[in-house]
Amino acid sequence: MSGTTGDPQWTNPLRDASDKRLPRIAGPCGLVIFGVTGDLSRKKLMPAIYDLANRGLLPPGFALTGFARRDWADQDFSQVVYDAVKQYARTPFRQNVWDRLAEGFRFVSGSFDDDDSFDRLEQTVRDLDRVRGTGGNHAFYLSIPPSAFPVVCKQLARSGLSAQDGDQWRRVVIEKPFGHDLKSARELNAIVNDVFPEDSVFRIDHYLGKETVQNVLAMRFANQLFEPIWNAHYIDQVQITMAEDIGLGGRAGYYDGIGAARDVIQNHLLQLLAFTAMEEPTSFSSNELRGEKIKVLNATKLVGPLDETTACGQYTGGWQGGELVRGLTEEEGFDPNSRTETYAAITCEIETRRWAGVPFYLRSGKRLGRRVTEIAVIFKRAPHLPFDATMTEELGQNAFVIRVQPDEGITMRFGSKVPGSQMEVRDVTMDFGYGTSFTEASPEAYERLILDVLLGEPSLFPVDEEVERSWEILDPVIERWASREDGPDRYPAGSWGPDSANAMLARTDRTWRRP
Amino acid sequence: MIVDLPSTTTSAVNKKLVRLREAGGVLALGRVLTLVIITDDGAAIEAAIEAANEASREHPCRVIVVARGHHEAAPRMDAQIRVGGDAGASDVIVLRGYGPLAVESASASMVMPLLLPDAPVVAWWPGEAPLVPSQDAVGQLAQRRITDALSAKNPLEAFEQRCTHHIAGDTDLVWTRLTSWRALLATALDAPPHEEVTAATVVGEEISPSTDLLAGWLAVRLGVAVERATAKTCHGLVSVRLERRSGPVELIRPDGKTGRLRQPGQPDRLVALARREVRDCLTEELRRLDPDEIYEAALGGVGQIVRADTPVAAPSLARS
Repeated sequence: MSGTTGDPQWTNPLRDASDKRLPRIAGPCGLVIFGVTGDLSRKKLMPAIYDLANRGLLPPGFALTGFARRDWADQDFSQVVYDAVKQYARTPFRQNVWDRLAEGFRFVSGSFDDDDSFDRLEQTVRDLDRVRGTGGNHAFYLSIPPSAFPVVCKQLARSGLSAQDGDQWRRVVIEKPFGHDLKSARELNAIVNDVFPEDSVFRIDHYLGKETVQNVLAMRFANQLFEPIWNAHYIDQVQITMAEDIGLGGRAGYYDGIGAARDVIQNHLLQLLAFTAMEEPTSFSSNELRGEKIKVLNATKLVGPLDETTACGQYTGGWQGGELVRGLTEEEGFDPNSRTETYAAITCEIETRRWAGVPFYLRSGKRLGRRVTEIAVIFKRAPHLPFDATMTEELGQNAFVIRVQPDEGITMRFGSKVPGSQMEVRDVTMDFGYGTSFTEASPEAYERLILDVLLGEPSLFPVDEEVERSWEILDPVIERWASREDGPDRYPAGSWGPDSANAMLARTDRTWRRP
Repeated sequence: MIVDLPSTTTSAVNKKLVRLREAGGVLALGRVLTLVIITDDGAAIEAAIEAANEASREHPCRVIVVARGHHEAAPRMDAQIRVGGDAGASDVIVLRGYGPLAVESASASMVMPLLLPDAPVVAWWPGEAPLVPSQDAVGQLAQRRITDALSAKNPLEAFEQRCTHHIAGDTDLVWTRLTSWRALLATALDAPPHEEVTAATVVGEEISPSTDLLAGWLAVRLGVAVERATAKTCHGLVSVRLERRSGPVELIRPDGKTGRLRQPGQPDRLVALARREVRDCLTEELRRLDPDEIYEAALGGVGQIVRADTPVAAPSLARS
């Protein structure tokens, strides 16, 4: 069981593999959040921590410490968390749970380059061990821009906060972006690994915390129905889409110069590709799972020539869904000559026997038709049809679609006879949803991931090797796009991307699915 | 939407269900199980349906409520179908049987045609349960039979029946209410020092099947003598103490809301440990449908516990 250290021969007499009711509760520990005033912290982390407490999954005596450049006392911080929990938590508010949790709140005010504030943080943490019994186990959540990683890591090492001795653990949690190309990713990994060993580094890709993504593995490997056809014999192409209908107003600082490929394809979409295409792991241990993911990522290659097999675009202003919206270059904070792409699509193939010749199309964009993330597996047409062409005119390709968000579920599309005296076949869909209200009860991605950090359960976190390999795949595309003289192609807000995106599929007689 | 079908038959109910589905598409096929609630007609029905609707948010299911009316009345079956907003993520069918239709064997024949095809069936008696649930006519249709000794008129007698007549697939909410206690105790032993537990004491209200069952679980898992004592003023399960060489691990909950974990060499820790509501328990029950071997073993352990003669004083959360 996780959380145990020391004598490997020892087993907890109160635990039993068949006792599936017993939840995994983290051992005594505390969490320190840097950048606690940010949006992510308020909207996701604080509510997730409360929800975990409400579900009884946090240890008694759990401590949450905020670190930011604010002149706050513990109570002020507590009020901020309270407001965030009231507004964003998914489980009902229970005063008793809140009171116990709030007893463990601390706030340390200071800046990253100030030795003194980190010494105070160290004292706070030591004090928590004494008063709350956090047992020297602490996780540091860096909800801060990557440019601040070096100084914070250095401070953590200098003040002794990162030092782990004996049974105690210290872990660091970092958010994307994990660099902006292979070189910077390596530098970043080196900086973090200099202070924390790789098994103490937890990289959050919140997509991997989603039930629907974990369900890809259950769906593929727990069923007999799908795996036999999950290969190049039957599959024609795979389209992985992450589309958003919102623009980038107010996010210039983060997004300008980064673009859709770095923001989404490098991490989320390549991870989804790995889950969809990986071989069956021999077990669900984190080592096996990561091993298979790395194997499939190593076999993943771009398809060229890049000018024809990729597309990059930038949205222009116009009417979208009854609202007049601005183009990217007119958005506040963006360079009027910005060449940042807001739409990116690439073609990959996987050089294995299972996948030979099956293109994997990955696309992501802002201000597209609607907000949707899905994995669409599109099958080849039946090799021979005992029907005339007129009977099957309206029959498309069979498809198997995993809807990651929203409206989580699975859709299957196949042909069915149109009722009537004539034989006519048309596409119909069969739908599995997690139930209309199901998602309310299932834990949010951040809940699951924070709990896994505290438990030291690394399966759902990409390792340095995966991150670096993903950059290796993507780098040539980004370089190619940077060398284009005319910048990204334009597309109107609310459409499904630039014409070049359609052209890149049309060259092999395929079309994008409208999600 | 609520549709009443007075004095009807199950085939009429089935027809209506199909028609509702065609008209509004409100009844999805994605239900994972059928939950049959067996109860006497009366006010308790609504509370049970509400709990089931809550649970259906995690486990989309069809809920069939069998409400037994007057035995002396003329034979009649009334049905009510609830879908959409009135039914959580489930569809609810309430069947009220009167006269000869108010007995068990008739209940089973009313339920049978409405079970979802090829999906597991769970039976739940929110109030009084049959002596041997697995031999009950409705119980025989189900893979999983949920009872609640605490809501019986005589909880101790009901709990004794559970111990005597347990069959794989039976489970009782008395056990489900213990999950958070068990999790905290197990987690406390996860951390070093990894010493053997040499003795244990469990304290609770005099009539508290959960306290007995926790003692039984500890006796079986730890293989040591477990003493069961009575606390005078408190309600339900009050405290657990596990003796180890370096000192005891102690979890107490005097007020039914807040727990305190005490371990040697460590500060006291408070934790929210409220008594669990029925809907939370039901949600947990529906999470797994295979036989619960650990529960079965714990029932077996109840016979091994040592009963203390003198009642003990209630503990307090303040530092002592």
